[in-house]
Amino acid sequence: MSFETAGYQLLPVLPELVLAVGAMALLMVGAYRSQDATRLVTGLAVGLLAVVGVLELMLPAGKLTTFGGSFIVDDFARFLKILALIGSAATLILSAEFLADPSRRIFEYAILVLLSTLGMMVLISAGDLIMLYLGLELMSLALYVVAASNRDNAKSTEAGLKYFVLGALSSGMLLYGASLIYGFTGTVSFAGIAAAATTGSIGIVFGLVFLLAGLCFKVSAVPFHMWTPDVYEGAPTPVTAFFASAPKVAALAVFTRVALTAFPGIVSQWQQIVIFVAIASMVLGSFAAIGQSNIKRLMAYSSIGHMGFALVGLAAGTVEGAQGVLVYIAIYVAMTLGTFAVILTMKRNGHHVETISDFAGLSRTNPLLAFFFAMLLFSLAGIPPLAGFFAKFYVFVAAIKAGLFTLAVVGVLASVVGAYYYLTIIKVMYFDEPLAKLDPMRMELRTVLGVAGLFNILFFVYPGPLVSVATSAAKSLF
Amino acid sequence: MTTWPVLSVATFLPVVGALLIYLSRGDDEAARRNARWIALWTTLITFAVSLILVWRFDAAQPDFQFVEKVPWLATGINYHMGVDGISLPFVILTAALMPFCIIASWKSITLRVREYMMAFLLLETLMIGTFSALDLVLFYLFFEGGLIPMFLIIGVWGGPRRVYASFKFFLYTLLGSVLMLLAIMALYWNAGTTDIPTLMNTAVPRSLQTWAWLAFFASFAVKMPMWPVHTWLPDAHVEAPTAGSVVLAAILLKMGGYGFLRFSLPMFPLASHDFAPLIFTLSVVAIIYTSLVALMQEDIKKLIAYSSVAHMGFVTMGIFAGTTQGVAGGVFQMVSHGIVSGALFLCVGIVYDRMHTREISAYGGLVNRMPLYAVVFMVFTMANVGLPGTSGFVGEFLTLIGTFKVSIPTATAATLGVILSAAYALWLYRKVVFGKLTKPSLASIKDLTWRESLTLMPLVFLTILFGVYPKPVLDMSAASVQQLVNNYNTAITAVNAAALLQ
Repeated sequence: MSFETAGYQLLPVLPELVLAVGAMALLMVGAYRSQDATRLVTGLAVGLLAVVGVLELMLPAGKLTTFGGSFIVDDFARFLKILALIGSAATLILSAEFLADPSRRIFEYAILVLLSTLGMMVLISAGDLIMLYLGLELMSLALYVVAASNRDNAKSTEAGLKYFVLGALSSGMLLYGASLIYGFTGTVSFAGIAAAATTGSIGIVFGLVFLLAGLCFKVSAVPFHMWTPDVYEGAPTPVTAFFASAPKVAALAVFTRVALTAFPGIVSQWQQIVIFVAIASMVLGSFAAIGQSNIKRLMAYSSIGHMGFALVGLAAGTVEGAQGVLVYIAIYVAMTLGTFAVILTMKRNGHHVETISDFAGLSRTNPLLAFFFAMLLFSLAGIPPLAGFFAKFYVFVAAIKAGLFTLAVVGVLASVVGAYYYLTIIKVMYFDEPLAKLDPMRMELRTVLGVAGLFNILFFVYPGPLVSVATSAAKSLF
Repeated sequence: MTTWPVLSVATFLPVVGALLIYLSRGDDEAARRNARWIALWTTLITFAVSLILVWRFDAAQPDFQFVEKVPWLATGINYHMGVDGISLPFVILTAALMPFCIIASWKSITLRVREYMMAFLLLETLMIGTFSALDLVLFYLFFEGGLIPMFLIIGVWGGPRRVYASFKFFLYTLLGSVLMLLAIMALYWNAGTTDIPTLMNTAVPRSLQTWAWLAFFASFAVKMPMWPVHTWLPDAHVEAPTAGSVVLAAILLKMGGYGFLRFSLPMFPLASHDFAPLIFTLSVVAIIYTSLVALMQEDIKKLIAYSSVAHMGFVTMGIFAGTTQGVAGGVFQMVSHGIVSGALFLCVGIVYDRMHTREISAYGGLVNRMPLYAVVFMVFTMANVGLPGTSGFVGEFLTLIGTFKVSIPTATAATLGVILSAAYALWLYRKVVFGKLTKPSLASIKDLTWRESLTLMPLVFLTILFGVYPKPVLDMSAASVQQLVNNYNTAITAVNAAALLQ
């Protein structure tokens, strides 16, 4: 499977090719099948994501590059791609009910998620700034549309538009930074930039700042987080679940790869930025969430805070730090998907309810659901022995090794503040008097919640596999 | 030696019980009865298993026994369990008190019984695990994990201000502990492992010792609790259900003292030595100030809660005296306080179940209607005062002579505190038990039922037994305490000698 004349190996991009062609084929299926294509297309899309995941795992081991080094498949990329695929597939499963609504019938939803996932995979494997931008835009453009997919709802449309305008702005900043870096180093490939940027010349640092600003927007880190609460609240809940999981994986992946492989010579320059962003995100995420009454808005601030914690690992700039980021993001995806499965269950008399007070007395009307949700919330707060504790453990252990004591102390204190608002939800569920019973939980939500919840509770029993995979993934960056 | 992992079985048996309760579905009276019986049998079997530990334990050996080690998180972070003479008494204490907690909740908890029993069983696992973990990360896991069931126990089955009390309890403890977590990480990079026995034999650089000591102190001082971070305790005690108060006073508070003994003293001897005056000051303030505060209380549980803070002051003082008597006295005082304060909370629970109030002024003259109760309550009050012949005396006396060798002013001030403790305890007893039975609401109050007697009599027996014959506890811990004190003194003399040479 190679085009020797052009010198390009196509094997490393095989999963992406399959995904692209598959998405197009599904588009045809949807377009040419009469009426009821949504269910079929969504089902096939989940299957396609699974096939792509298997292909990704079947690629030869070690580091593969193609297109002149602008596309890299290493352990790091494999780890995060699988994670992004899991996130996307789980989101499609969670969307089943949203899509089943006869007033909507949008089979394009699944196609857009697939295309966005394709963008993420390109982004994760990007080896130069061009590929980075291509992947980022492919991912984002699909996301803008998905955010507005509840066409008749003003809030959803507003969310899509807001996301688009701000996203375009951030892309502009990112491009500006990329062009500066190209101007001062004469190359767009990460390896070339790493070789050229050994001293922090003012031009490169300027470009770096703009580049990181654009990436911070995508991971929704403070001070580029403003879009997050509005978009999370306005978008349909399954879409919010999608925003909170797979795109965060991809954005954090490219953030890590750019920082560690393109600018290893000027760690001290970007480290300051990352430390600032991490502290600001953790603190704002913790404090701003306290006043929220809408669960989706609360999850938006929660995700801002969590990105701050993940960036603590990156700030260390070491193998341990990268490993911490990977473990963090993996556990974060599991916790987020589980949490959104619960939020999607919150239906009374056929209507979705979204305020925190609607959870009142859930432990009595639906004990098992309340138990899983409480465990997820304790986990998000980072209480052992749940998975969320280990996520925080690995990033902070890296920060301590790198001597970033202030960052670590601020981080753990922010996590205590953060624990407060998670506890508030648990209080509402366990201590308050129950409201009317919820509608029965759908099978697919049950499955996602069960898997995510059990992973979260039982992770401590056998953490070895995830940790060792994350270690080898982190090592492939250095 | 051991063919099966006794310690892990004792630790995780309660989880099995909790799962059994979960599987016995339903919410009718039969399901509740099943839940109670399963919980009781689980705690009894766990206690029986813990007695195997006592039976096979070699008290002459100062090192860890029943050691189990399995690779777990990463290199240097293992699932490592084991007990020595310092931790074994607490394991037994936990296992022994849990059946009493279950019986005490038999009638008083009628709401969500299954969940209640499951929370208690999970809590038991986490508590036993805390005392037998030999890896810092594993220890932290158990130590912090205990917050979850306790938060729910206070919040779901507690009194009117349960939400406030449960949040305060959770956030206070978490705030202290996260700093300890950072110190654990720093120790990990310093020694390349979080294995406790290894760390005990690794010299920690002096600057790291200071910071790590402070971080561990932040956690254990809150848990203990020491003045001035004790304010969560009265709230938590007052709002928690009876069995919750018993666990809190008898076991959870001991985690702080155990932490000082297990980590602060052996791993950071120099910092412990440097900070000993701080500890002495805080301990004396705790003993005198909280005793005075106790004198002013109108709620029985709150009074006992403040007296707990004062008694823990003796423990910290004894531990950081760094003498054999002081440390042994600290261990003994903790065990004794575990029995006595647990029993006192059970006593309060008994009258609370009848009258549904804990106001001291609502009682008076109980001796007329409840002679047996009056006797039992008197034994525990006297033990709380530290009367010779009760277990409370032995602990206080040992910590005081241990401290006397190191700091005479501290010991003197603390001795004065004993007088105050007599003042508030006797005052409470007089108000509640003696006097004329004038209040009409008390006219028909019943004496102890057989179930209540069953829970209290063994505790009365132990209180008096350890008062006149404290040898079993002291012998069990003697070798380990001696080794701890020797290592501590060696480390300090080495530094002093080095300082003299310069």
